[in-house]
This record gives sequence, C-alpha cells and structure tokens, in this order.
Amino acid sequence: MKQALKRFFDGDLWYSFSHSPIVILSAVVTLLIILAAIFAPWIAPHNPFDLAAIDIMDSNLPPAWNEFDGDIRFLLGTDDQGRDILSTILYGARISLLVGFASVAFSVVLGVGLGLVSGYVGGRTDTFIMRIADVQLSFPAILIALLIDGVARGIFPRELHDELAVYVLIFAIGISGWVQYARTVRGATMVEKGKEYVQAARVIGIRPGTILFRHILPNVTGPVLVIGTIHLALAIITEATLSFLGVGVPPTTPSLGTLIRIGNDYLFSGEWWITIFPGVALILLVLAVNLLGDWLRDALNPKLR
Amino acid sequence: MTLLEVKDLRIEFPSRRGTMVAVDKVNLHVNPGEVLGVVGESGAGKSTIGNAVIGLLEPPGRMAAGEVYLQGERIDNLSDNAKRKLRGKRIGMIFQDPLTSLDPLQTIEKQLVETILLHLDLNENEAQQRAVDLLRQVGIPDPDHRVKQYPHQFSGGMRQRVVIALALCAEPEVIIADEPTTALDVSIQAQILELIKKLCIEKNVGMMIITHDMGVIADVTDRVAVMYRGNLVEEGPTAKILGDPDHPYTQSLISAVPRPDKRLDRFPLVEYIESAGDAKKSLDVANHWLGQARDFGDHYTGPLIHVENLYMRFLTKNSMFKSKREYFDAVKDANFEINSGEIFGLVGESGSGKSTIARMISGLYTPAEGSIYFAGTDLTQITTEKKRDYFRRQMQMIFQDPFSSLNPRKKVLDIVAEPIRFHGLASSRAETETIVRDLLDHVGLGDKAALKYPHEFSGGQRQRISIARALATRPRFLICDEPTSALDVSIQAQILNLLKDLQAELGLTMLFISHDLPVIRQMCDKVGVMRHGQLLEVADTEQLFENPQHEYSQHLLELMPKLSNVKAA
Amino acid sequence: MISFIVKRLLQSVLVMLTVAFVAFALFNYVGDPISNMVGQDTTFAEREQLREQLGLNDPFIVQFGRFVGKAVQGDFGLSYHHKQPVSDLIAERMPATLELSFISALMSLLLGIPLGVYTALHRDSIISKLIMTGSLIGVSLPTFLIGILMILLFGVVWRVLPTFGRGDVVHLGWWSTGLLTESGLKSIIMPAFTLALFQMTLIMRLVRAEMLEILRTDFIKFARARGLPKRSVNYRHALKNTLVPVITITGLQIGSIIAFAIITESVFQWPGMGLLFIQAISDVDIPIMAAYLVMIALFFVVINLIVDVLYFLVDPRLRVDRVSSGR
Repeated sequence: MKQALKRFFDGDLWYSFSHSPIVILSAVVTLLIILAAIFAPWIAPHNPFDLAAIDIMDSNLPPAWNEFDGDIRFLLGTDDQGRDILSTILYGARISLLVGFASVAFSVVLGVGLGLVSGYVGGRTDTFIMRIADVQLSFPAILIALLIDGVARGIFPRELHDELAVYVLIFAIGISGWVQYARTVRGATMVEKGKEYVQAARVIGIRPGTILFRHILPNVTGPVLVIGTIHLALAIITEATLSFLGVGVPPTTPSLGTLIRIGNDYLFSGEWWITIFPGVALILLVLAVNLLGDWLRDALNPKLR
Repeated sequence: MTLLEVKDLRIEFPSRRGTMVAVDKVNLHVNPGEVLGVVGESGAGKSTIGNAVIGLLEPPGRMAAGEVYLQGERIDNLSDNAKRKLRGKRIGMIFQDPLTSLDPLQTIEKQLVETILLHLDLNENEAQQRAVDLLRQVGIPDPDHRVKQYPHQFSGGMRQRVVIALALCAEPEVIIADEPTTALDVSIQAQILELIKKLCIEKNVGMMIITHDMGVIADVTDRVAVMYRGNLVEEGPTAKILGDPDHPYTQSLISAVPRPDKRLDRFPLVEYIESAGDAKKSLDVANHWLGQARDFGDHYTGPLIHVENLYMRFLTKNSMFKSKREYFDAVKDANFEINSGEIFGLVGESGSGKSTIARMISGLYTPAEGSIYFAGTDLTQITTEKKRDYFRRQMQMIFQDPFSSLNPRKKVLDIVAEPIRFHGLASSRAETETIVRDLLDHVGLGDKAALKYPHEFSGGQRQRISIARALATRPRFLICDEPTSALDVSIQAQILNLLKDLQAELGLTMLFISHDLPVIRQMCDKVGVMRHGQLLEVADTEQLFENPQHEYSQHLLELMPKLSNVKAA
Repeated sequence: MISFIVKRLLQSVLVMLTVAFVAFALFNYVGDPISNMVGQDTTFAEREQLREQLGLNDPFIVQFGRFVGKAVQGDFGLSYHHKQPVSDLIAERMPATLELSFISALMSLLLGIPLGVYTALHRDSIISKLIMTGSLIGVSLPTFLIGILMILLFGVVWRVLPTFGRGDVVHLGWWSTGLLTESGLKSIIMPAFTLALFQMTLIMRLVRAEMLEILRTDFIKFARARGLPKRSVNYRHALKNTLVPVITITGLQIGSIIAFAIITESVFQWPGMGLLFIQAISDVDIPIMAAYLVMIALFFVVINLIVDVLYFLVDPRLRVDRVSSGR
C-alpha cells in the first residue's frame, strides 16, 4: 500500500496535477460542491421542503445586499413560493449530482460490459451490438432521454410518474450514454486482445471470462475514466436540460434545472436571481468537472507526453 | 574537402526529471561519394544526430552545443527558413517506415512534382517528366503509369523506392538515411541497399546511414562510426571496425552478432552491456522444482510433435453466400516431426506462415485441416477443456514483443505465478511465491524482481520474465516465436545463451521461429524453410547451410548479410 | 462506387425500418390508442368497432406493414391533442426548424474548423490557450442557459433583439421563410447562435485533436525533411488528411443540431418541430412523437449518405479496387 502511494505521488499523473493551478482549483470546486450537496440538510440555512417553514409572504425577495427588499435571512433571495434560493441550490445540487453519478454508473456498466464482449468475441455478436450502437448514435442523447421520458409518462399514471421521475431520468440518461463507452472499450479491447500477453494467457489455458476481467479490463480503464468524467458533466447538463424543459424531476423536489425553469418565468419581471444563482452553480459544477476531464484526457494520453 | 561535417555535437532533452543528454561530443564527417555508417543499439542517440543535422529535432530536444558544416559552410546557425531551403535541396532524408512516409491522399506524381518545383527551376511539364525519370532511376517498373497512383497501391519495398526518389528530387549533395531497410524483408532489404549503393556511385553523393544492423553496415558502408550511450566510441574504415575493432564495446558488439558461417556452442560472453547475468548456478535438476514431475507418464518414445497435412485459412472477403467468400491459405499442407530434446527451426520472410504454425500448435488458432500429434495424441481431436489443459501445461510459448507480452497492470510475481496457480502446481501461496522467486533468479533477474511491474524492466529483462513464465508450468515443449527479433544484438546474444542453457539443463524440446538465418544456425538442430505458407525444405541445420536443396533456400542464404564480405573499397 | 452506395443504401433502409419499428411499438403499446382518440362516453361496442376499423385486431406483421406503408407516404394519423393530421402539423413547422438548423450548422462549421486548425498549428500560443479555455466554457454552458442569458442581456436589459418567435415570415409556396424580412433576420440571430455555440466548440476541438495527430505522422515529418514550406505542409498535406475523419463526425454533429433545436426552440418559443415535439411529450401525443422520431432518423440517414459519398471523394484508399492494391 505504502509502495503504491509512493508510486502514485512519483508518477506523471500527480506531477501534472500538482503543477496545474486550474486543475487543482477545479478539483477543489468539484469536491466542495459534492460535499455541500451531501451535507445539505446540515448546512443549508432553511429546509425548502418543510412546507410549515415556508412563508408565502417571503416570496420573490431579492438577494440580501439589495438595499430595498434584501432580507438577511435569505442570502441569495427567495423564489416565487418564498423558498430560500441558497438552500434550494444546495438541495437541488443533490438531485443533479445523484442523477449525474447514477446515470454515468449505469452507462459505464452497460457500455463497458457490452464493449468488452463485443471486442473480445467479435463476429456476429460484435456486428449485432455495434449495429444497435450505430442506430442509437443516429439520435442525440437528449432526444433519446426525451423519448424514454415520454414513454414513461404514457405507461405510468401521473402520481406514480412523479414518484418515479428520478429513476426514469437516471435510466433515460444512462441508456442514452452507453454507446460511447461500448465503442471505446470495444476498440481498446480489440487492441489488447491482439497483444501477446493475452495470447500468453490463452496458451496457459486461462478461460475467456477471466482474461476479459482480470487481464483486459484493467488495461482499458484509462479511456473509460476520461469519458466517464466528461460524461458526468454531460449527464448533469442533460438532467438540467430535461428538467428545464419540464420533463425531468417534478417541481416538488427541484434540481438545478427545475430551479432555472421556475426562475425563467420571472426573468422578464426583473427577478433575475431566481434563475441566475442556480445557473451559476450549474455552470461552476459542470465547468469544474469538464476541466478535470480535459486534464485527465491529456495526462493519460501517452502520445502527448 | 569534406561534404558534411559535424563538430562536437551535443543534443539535450530537458524534462522535469532533469536533462537527458542524448548525444555528446560527437564528431563526424562524410566525403563525396562515400557511405558513412552510424551504428549503435537502441538508446545510443544515433537517430537524433540525423535530425539535428537537418534541423528537425523533435521538441523539447535541442542542440546544446556543436557545429554542422555543409561544404565548409556553417548551417546549424542559419535561420529556420534558410535551413528549410537546404532540406531536400542539398540534404535529402530517408526514414524507416515506407508505409507511413508518404501522404496517403496524394498521388506519387503530385508529391514528386511539388518537391521538384520547389527546389528546381523547371516548368510543370518538365517536372512531370523528371518525376517519371526519377521513378525509373529507382527501379519502379512502368513509371509512366504508376506515377499517377496513390501510395497505398505500392508494396512496402516499392514505397521505399518512391521515398528514395523523393529524397533525390533535387539532386542533394548529402543523403541521411535513418534505418532505411529495418521495416523490410531480407530480399527487399538487399534490393534497396543495392539501389542505395548504385545511386551513391552514380551521383557521387555523400551518404550517412544510421542503423542498428551490422549486416547493413558490412554491406554498404565505407566507414563506420560506433555509438554507445550518446558517445562516439570508435570510428574507422568498415573492414577495420568489423575485423579488428579497438574499443571493447565494439568488440563485444561484433562478437554478439550471430555468425552465419559456423555454429558455436554459446555466444562469447558479452560484458559491457546490461548487468543481468546468465543462469548463474547450475541446477540440481533431479531435486529442483523445475526438474520434478518431468515424467509425464505416457512413456512415449516417438517424435514429440508430429504435424500432418496441416492447413490454415483466413477469411479475406466475407459474404452472405458461402460460395462467394474468399480465403487466404496461410499454411498449406505442412508436414514435419520434432524429436524429443531437439530444437526445430522454422525460417521464412514475413507472411510465410511460420508464426501461424506455431499458433496452431499452441492452440491459439484452430487448423482448417490436418492433425497435430503431441506425444502421440492428436490435439485437433480434443474436445474438452480439461483434457486440453493437460497438454497446455506441457507446452508453453515465448513471444516476440517484450513490451506487449507482459500485462502492464500486473506485478511480475502475479505474471509468473499465473500458470502455477491456474494449473494448481503449488500447494500454497507461500510455495507459489518461493517458486516464482526461484524462477526469476534462475533466468538471471534476481528474486527481488517479483515485486516490480513490467515497465521497470528493459526489453531483454522482460524477455527473461516471459521465459520464467513459460517455465512455470514445467513444460517439456517450448515454442519460441521470434524471441529476440525486437532486441538489440548484445541482448539477443544473452537471451539466446539463456535459452540454450535451459534447453540443455531441462532437456526441453523446442520449436524456434525466426526470420534471421544466422540466429537459426546458432540455435537449431533441424530447420524448415517456408514461403507463401508452404514448407519447402526440411533439413539438418548444417546440411541446409552447407548444401541447400531448394532454390528458395539457396536464394535466402545468398541474401543473408555476412560481416565477412565487406563492400569492396 | 456503385456497389458501395447500394450497400450503404441497404443499411440505411435497415436503420429506417428499425426506427419505424420503435415508432410503431410506441403507437401500439404505450397507452391505449383508442382511448386517446375517443371521448369518455364512448361505449365498449363503439370502441370495438373503431378498433376493428383501424385494423388494431390484425396480426402484428400486417399492422406493422400498414404502418410502414402509410409512413412512406407521410401519413402518421391524427394528433391526439391537436386533432389534425400529424403530417400537416410537421410540414407547417418544418421550415422554421430547418432554417434555424441550417444557419447554426453554417455558423459552427465556418467558425469551428478555422479555430480548430489555428489552435492545432499554434499549440502553445496565448491566443490558442485562450480559445481552448473559452471552448471549455462553451461546452460547459448548457444550451438553455446560454439562451436565457442572451435573452436577459439582449432582450431585457438592452432591448435590441426580439426574445421569442420568428418575426415576420414570407411564404414561398409551402415554404415559409424568415430570412427575407428584417424582423425575421433579427429574430434568428440569438437562437442560431445559441444552437451553434455547443456544436462549434465540439467541431473545433475535434479538428484540433485530429490535426495534432496528423502533424505527428511520419509523412508530415518527411514533407518537412524535403524542405516543403510550412504553408504546404500544414494546409496541403496535414489539413486534407485531417478532414477525412472530421467529415464523419461533423456529419453526425450537424444531424444532432436538428434534434438539439428542441431546446433552443423551447427557450425562444421558436415555432418549429422541436417545440411541437416537446409539447407532444407533455401531452403524451404519441403520433407526433412517432412521426418526429422517424423524421429525425430520415435526416440522419440522408446526412450519413452524403458523408459517405464525400468520404469516397476525399480518400483514394476507398476508391481503388482492392485487387490492384496487392502489388
């Protein structure tokens, strides 16, 4: 363990990380937002879901520094129902991150699994999986997610749908993202499969399943990590977009996208803070994650070293 | 007057781990009509010299000191633009890999004409005429027609001819060739070297050939400069360097080159190179783990391997209809036997099917037709994995590329232990580890190697790990598929010595595959010669080398580079 | 060439059939098509009669065949919500979406490719680094937020551009265009830019990555070693080779612009197919969803075919017979 840590800190990855202030800043921002989201119930000044604590009289209050209506209790102002914006952002980030991570995990499991099998087995299996991937690639992720959401609305009754909305969203975003993992892992698997260490394992007699998971999988994790990071940013955007379009999570458990949607209705009447603060939080989160992904891609690309 | 002169050259590659000095205090010169060979093993810095001369060092590499003169005129301090105008016009360059040296989207004509128009004062028509003439000069048949084609329509050897034509476009005074024949087969290599020799004499250009191959040096150069770890250790006429070298490094380098003319028991011991030793202590085979369980219980006395009417087909064009599918016969009707304790060699150029045979025997490919008998059992008829495992344990394989034959994510301990664990050859974790350490020690790596990862080792050391892994099943048959063709000659000598020692010690039977005839002569008892999937001749090694029967064997032996026939001065 | 095109055409038909199957499955198995068409007070017998009339009791394959047959003629039935033929609704909205997509695609290509080439050739310059950082921000900004921010600035604060709709349109036969009137042109600026920004950054990064890859190849090194001037090495050799892979992915990106238009249309209340689709999802208006799905697939297939032909024209390795390449 000690040796492994030493190897890590001596390695090129840590070097390029510790020598890039922007990357460190991104990591810190990402970590802060994740921690804030996890501990939202303890650090948020208000509980926006406690109907008893919300007073409609506090609605549409501007941020606290506004000299006319600013209220020190509501640092970033309130929305149309009198909920504290800062608190809703913290709780909203929870939903956004939950959907983001869960749907990426779903895509990774599905995509990496199918990619490994496709690349290693080849032949008809490969053709079949890749044809499906091709057809799905004809449709942008957002459209597929929209369709799945639409279908779910058709199948489930309204109340049930609201309850299941988050899971539907995870499924919809997750299933729309597997193709990229599958294609990348398939390509990498085909390269690794041709390498002599795999042939050596086959000569020993190691079975295909073991070769796939013990030998090949560890060697294709690099690109998966890179795609995963960038995909996390994309999944968060997709969730926000769907919620903004009104087909994501219901307004009762708002995510960042839902908050922006709510605020959008008040944009023209001058209550800009309802939209802008959740928007800034969203951009910060996505930008930080994207910067991390961008750095990872360059740092893990042996050709650029 | 010297044509090209390099004085006190120093090339550095700065990095965060400090500055790497690739080349230091190197002095070289090339005379008109002369071929200078720059020889050295990987990491000697020889390629960076060529790049520095033409001003194309890859960043972050830089020329830290030294001067370069062309016809007495200093060129290394010229402006970028002035340097660019020298390239192609006065200094030509030829690279190693002809398959990637040409722009795939433009016809040969376009690429030639563009270069000609740039450097010579000709009009479009004259340039086109010159392009065709150049192709004719480098020996491309039907140049009027072929000039209109794209690079992918040429074979590797033909493409290298096109590359040479491009380098000759503006009649440069000096040509720098960086490993010009390394990517080519022996027979093509001979043709290209012949062409280079001819052009040098005809056009009176000076040439610098950078290579790792002593055969090439012997074949075409007038003078040789020997590089070792960034320094020039010796320089002189080719005959002197090859016949009577002064520097101990040159001596050991030359003694490591496999001799084509007679078989030696072992390669002369090579000091000076890499600190890994040979198999140090000789084993008490009867009591050692490796020696145990050598009785395979079949009391079989015939040839260990017997291959009968073996065929391998690859699909080259798929189709929905069976009748429309097209196949390529990689191996056609191969028949041979390998006796117990014998080293059987297969030799041939790339694509001859020799590796395919190895893969069929080891079970990586399933033959299209024919039988492979191992100790009397037909392996192609085995249906259960369990039964196959029984034979897998007795048969192991060593691969060509030391950089891809070890899983980079696993510790050496786990790599070598994998066959032991899979076949259940040790009773406990501790025993497995003891065996692995012992094996690593035995192949000359020392038992500390177990806890490291493959990337911490050099190519030769990795090949030793591969050998340890292959021995870990206690096999009686070992397949070596070009085990040293990716290694420097001095490392090759060490590995071949190790294989010889192990073979003698453990009484292994071996199938040894190589494209390199001298290596075959040093290693094998019997040899099969292959071409286009066919086994043309099988003979005892000495007999084949002294008195080859098949026309193709004679041809191959003729092309074999020989250090003794140095180019006539 | 012909056999290649025929092969691609067959593949496209297969893709279309797959999509048609999904659309058909939507039709038949999501909700009950009958109860979506008739009122609450329709009797069971009347429902059964309608079911028989619509052929919903026929074998699966017959129904699917009928669906495909009608779809080929552009007939997707009546919208549940609008009670109008879906084909009319889509035909009415299509020009708006296509105009928006076309302008955005043009913007993203005309800006994305040169920027990508520039940042690849001047990898270490300050401007390149600024552009690269800017592009990351571009990728990180969700399309709808860009739209909202632009509305806030140009529409609410400075009041220089219209914030919703297409402005005045001119009818040219069945096609309606906003590109011929001043208000129409003003109206398209913000939506087109919003839509183009994301695609532009993607195309730019792609071109840059491919170009860097090509610049590392041996033939570029050899071209330099022959003394070819920078301009020729960069543009004649490197750029042309870069475009081969870029064409494919750009084709896909352009296709996705049409789908991404859903978001932009929603933000700017742009009266196109996307807005129709998003409303259909809220209303579970299956015929519109199915038709939209098939439309998008058709666009993609056509774009892919064009891309394949382009590929063919650019890359000689595909053009020549395999037979002659063996020499």
